[in-house]
Amino acid sequence: MKRLLSKLGFYASVFVLVSPAVLVFLWMISLSFKNELDNTAFPPVFIPSPPTLANYVDVFAKNNFALYLWNSILVTGGAVLIGLAVGVPAGYGIARGKAHKFAILILVARMTPALSYLIPLFLLFQITGLVGTVTALVITHLVITIPIIVWIMIGYFENVPMELEDAARIDGATTWQAFRHVALPLARPGIVVGGILAFIFSWNNFIFSVVLGGKASRTLPSAVYNSLTFEQISWGPLAAAALLVTLPVLLLTVLAQREIVAGLSAGGLKDG
Amino acid sequence: MTSTTLPASSLAAPKQIPAGGSADFTPRYWLFSLPAVLIIAGVIVFPWLFTLYMSSQDWKIGGGPEFVGLQNFAELFRDARFIESMGHTFYFTVLAVVLPILFGTAAALVFHREFPFRGLLRTIFVMPMMATPVAVALVWTMMFHPQLGVLNYLLSLVGIGPQAWVYSPNTVIPTLILVEVWHWTPLVMLIVLGGLAGLPREPYESALIDGANAWHMFRHITLPLVWPFIMVAIVIRTIDALKAFDTIFVITQGGPGTASETLNIFLYLQAFQFYKIGYASAVVVIFFVIIIMLSLLLLYARQKSKWNA
Repeated sequence: MKRLLSKLGFYASVFVLVSPAVLVFLWMISLSFKNELDNTAFPPVFIPSPPTLANYVDVFAKNNFALYLWNSILVTGGAVLIGLAVGVPAGYGIARGKAHKFAILILVARMTPALSYLIPLFLLFQITGLVGTVTALVITHLVITIPIIVWIMIGYFENVPMELEDAARIDGATTWQAFRHVALPLARPGIVVGGILAFIFSWNNFIFSVVLGGKASRTLPSAVYNSLTFEQISWGPLAAAALLVTLPVLLLTVLAQREIVAGLSAGGLKDG
Repeated sequence: MTSTTLPASSLAAPKQIPAGGSADFTPRYWLFSLPAVLIIAGVIVFPWLFTLYMSSQDWKIGGGPEFVGLQNFAELFRDARFIESMGHTFYFTVLAVVLPILFGTAAALVFHREFPFRGLLRTIFVMPMMATPVAVALVWTMMFHPQLGVLNYLLSLVGIGPQAWVYSPNTVIPTLILVEVWHWTPLVMLIVLGGLAGLPREPYESALIDGANAWHMFRHITLPLVWPFIMVAIVIRTIDALKAFDTIFVITQGGPGTASETLNIFLYLQAFQFYKIGYASAVVVIFFVIIIMLSLLLLYARQKSKWNA
């Protein structure tokens, strides 16, 4: 009897823990499939009847959603690719060269609020005429992607045994070849983790695009926010847009949960 | 020149050989970091130094800079709105650290046990922290709506009257903390769960033989062993709570009035609404000093901390 009670208590606590997440996401889905009448009904309508796709059609038809989606892909894709290209070798160099001070600088960069980079970069982009361009956004998103990737790669390369590279060099390989053919393949899981986390934090970023994005260059998060401020609020399309923005990262979370957990415990700091 | 013939190593100042001292500390590895160093110098270090310079200028966008020394800082400490925003930041940060740490640790203890669908349920639990902040902030905004919001309806079902949520100066910060707790408790859970995964079995077995109950085992074995992980979570959470911007900005823009204006919101408004970039840069400098001091303090505490079992 006591066992049964403690088991019940345990499942009750699981239920309590999971339900806030379930509630918010289900409500989001529900809002996105209901017509405006149901969305502003009181008491609230929980199950859309009949469910409608009109909100999703609206999002694409009226709000330039495709353009902002493309901007988001360009900005996040560019920042992650450049981040990997320079961040992976940097992590290797820092780990092998034991450049601890540089590693701390990277950590400080992660701790600083995003807004503190924005004022000088904003002025810089104003002078160079880059305000309102996708290029400016890619450059600022490097502030997000490079520190995450470098920090995670340091940890991975420190765990790759030095002996293998030493052996390769005795066989006549250069330092670059030892990195390229020995260390790099072994650190592949780290590259995946670093890439995923950099993608998520860059994709979710809001403030850089709010300040630097023009009407044609803003990314999805700030585009959705702007549609909230400048047009009459209609809940259905807004919920549909919000759901579409966060869908890629939610799918990634479900697919790559193990990798994400590993990466967060290695360098777990959030965006911005 | 004779000096060019000297071996490079003799020119180098007495250099400390890093612990674990291998012969790997060589310049040939620096080249690997060079591209990243150049970019970081451009997009991270340059903004820091330029901000320091701007903080000494009276500079509004449209006009030119004019040197005013420390006047921006003096002005800030006379600015009631700035002082108030510091208070809001402190209030917000304390609760946005303490509550996720408590709930996250409890959640880690639950998810550490084996049970059916554990993986799936854990994925669901973790989803909020990956979701795009703007997206979830918009949905929370709709849920907080005083007349049409689903939260007030759910409360009415259990006999609780409607709440003002973000629409009253008294409840706005606790409401924002609610969102922050929802958003970031999973991160604490993951970090502590990582600590729990590495726990040894032996102390528990001997404690069982000694007839210890669950609470004793938690208090005297589990907590001391995972304390370093909880400290990591505290450090991360503190820094993140100080940086919190997206959800506050989307849900309240610092309102009603200035009731939820934190340092970050104040900073944003000064820089990009009022275009007082010299003044805003001074805020960044103060903010930076606070973050660095706090992180050092926390890192120090983390190294010193031994949980007294």
